[in-house]
Amino acid sequence: MSVITPTRRSPRTPASRPARSTRRAGTGRLAAALLSPTFLVLGLVIGYPVVAALRLSFQVSSESIDPETGFKVTRTSFGLDNYSTVFTGENFLRPWWNTTSFALASVTLEVLIGVAMALVMHRALRGRALVRAAVLVPWAIPTAISGLLWKWIFNSEGVANDLLNSKILWSTDGFHAWASVVIADTWKTAPFIGLLVLAGLQVIPGELYEAARVDGASSWRTFWRITLPLVRPALVVAVLFRILDVLRMFDLPYLLVGPRKHSVETLSMIAFQEMSNLRFGTAAAYATVLFAYVAVVAFAFVKLFGADLIGRGTRSQR
Amino acid sequence: MSTTARTGHGRSWVRRIGIAAIVAYCLAPFYWMVVSSLRRPADQFSNALVPSPVSFDNYAAAFDERNGFGRALFNSLLVAGTTTVITLVVAISAGYAVARLDFRGKSLVLTLVIACSMFPPITMVVPLLELFTDAGWINTYQAMIVPSMSFALPLAVWNLSAFFRQMPAELESAAQVDGCTPAQAFRKVILPLAAPGVFTTAILVFIMSWNEFLIAVSVVNERQKMTSNVIVALFTGQYKFDQPFGTQMAAGVVVTLPLVIAVLVFQRRIVDGLTAGGLK
Repeated sequence: MSVITPTRRSPRTPASRPARSTRRAGTGRLAAALLSPTFLVLGLVIGYPVVAALRLSFQVSSESIDPETGFKVTRTSFGLDNYSTVFTGENFLRPWWNTTSFALASVTLEVLIGVAMALVMHRALRGRALVRAAVLVPWAIPTAISGLLWKWIFNSEGVANDLLNSKILWSTDGFHAWASVVIADTWKTAPFIGLLVLAGLQVIPGELYEAARVDGASSWRTFWRITLPLVRPALVVAVLFRILDVLRMFDLPYLLVGPRKHSVETLSMIAFQEMSNLRFGTAAAYATVLFAYVAVVAFAFVKLFGADLIGRGTRSQR
Repeated sequence: MSTTARTGHGRSWVRRIGIAAIVAYCLAPFYWMVVSSLRRPADQFSNALVPSPVSFDNYAAAFDERNGFGRALFNSLLVAGTTTVITLVVAISAGYAVARLDFRGKSLVLTLVIACSMFPPITMVVPLLELFTDAGWINTYQAMIVPSMSFALPLAVWNLSAFFRQMPAELESAAQVDGCTPAQAFRKVILPLAAPGVFTTAILVFIMSWNEFLIAVSVVNERQKMTSNVIVALFTGQYKFDQPFGTQMAAGVVVTLPLVIAVLVFQRRIVDGLTAGGLK
């Protein structure tokens, strides 16, 4: 990107403006210089790990006793053993299902609650500052701490059972554990979606609503025909980022329910588990598969819903 | 803003109920954390709405020597603070380049930055843990700071470029007419004016690194170097298997309170940053 060759430049810029074209070449070099530290860091903390994880995931190590010396020797070879662990056995479908169902359930709830919140906040004339501050509180609480908080709320003798007048063992395992994670995640991030949608609502010109009212449109119809189509771009981007966020979820189920619980174990958790047991090959295979899954979902989402991700980044160009 | 037309009395109290519901939704669990932390340990399982009597025993227990919680708070501050500073230094120039310079491959750069922000941290942690083990980086601060930049940097670049873009383009033109090079125009004109945006980005990055858990729990196994999020989860009660919720809630309040205060003070900026970045 730093080099703008003369052959490419000449058809674009008229020959009568050489000063501008040299400045353009200079700008390219400057841009490369300014961007290089960022790409150096990203290459180190993202580029290298992706390649290393891929390599590691094919690496199979076997231990044996050297017959001559009697010492234990570790031999590493390359093969598909780690992936066969990922795609077979009792651990095959469960983490996929947990990861995916968390994403679908939480994000659906979050969108419904978030949009409702945004509509209320948009109408609020007084107390806006109060609401805005309140809405940011769940976002600011560390997920790890909110995991512990919800574990306490969902304790067998905790306030959730007290309010519901029930005796549910929420955070043990099973559907209740799954539901408690969805509730905790929804609580934490629905207000965030609300904020993003509110930002989208605030740029809709008021004349549109007035015109709709003059035309006698009901408020329900106004919502479906004006509000929703116009906040859609903001909403689609928010939903994409939330889905990807839930797909890589780790802290919340790990602390709210715990490791090795079948009903809430996500792909991230199982990779972490393998890593803690020093089975780096299998851990890397899970991590690589999760990476591919996230990439496919992101790509499909952008294609299907036309999420204009970088449009926001280049829009107001001169 | 656009809906001032409807101000009937009937609507007004519906609106107020809606507002009250949102505030209650957002604050009730946090309130419960505060209330639970202020009970006497003996009243831990009381579900009364107000603690009586109010007691700070749980806070004393959280800061008990054997928990190492004070040290963990310092570690969190050090890791999040260093991450924020390094990230900003690296991201300011990239954000400026993306927002202001006209170069080929800009959409590719933006796509890469966005793609990096979607990256699952576990994919990075597994190979890095092996690398850090070989490099002797386990139980070091840099082992937490360097990987944290993987999520902090895309966020910062994206936010800063949004802020730089909001500034009028005439600023640099004027500076360049006055004989500044693009680099000088950036340093002497743009950067001082972008200070609020830089500050907002700093708050966001700090909060995200302060809240980080997966990296910290993976690369550190020594209590001395653990961050507060990790150590609170490891608190043990009087008996081995009973989770000391009261103490954990007290520690949770201590970890969260700085963030809640920051949110109250800087709410407008944070909302601007979040919606401009739209990342997280």
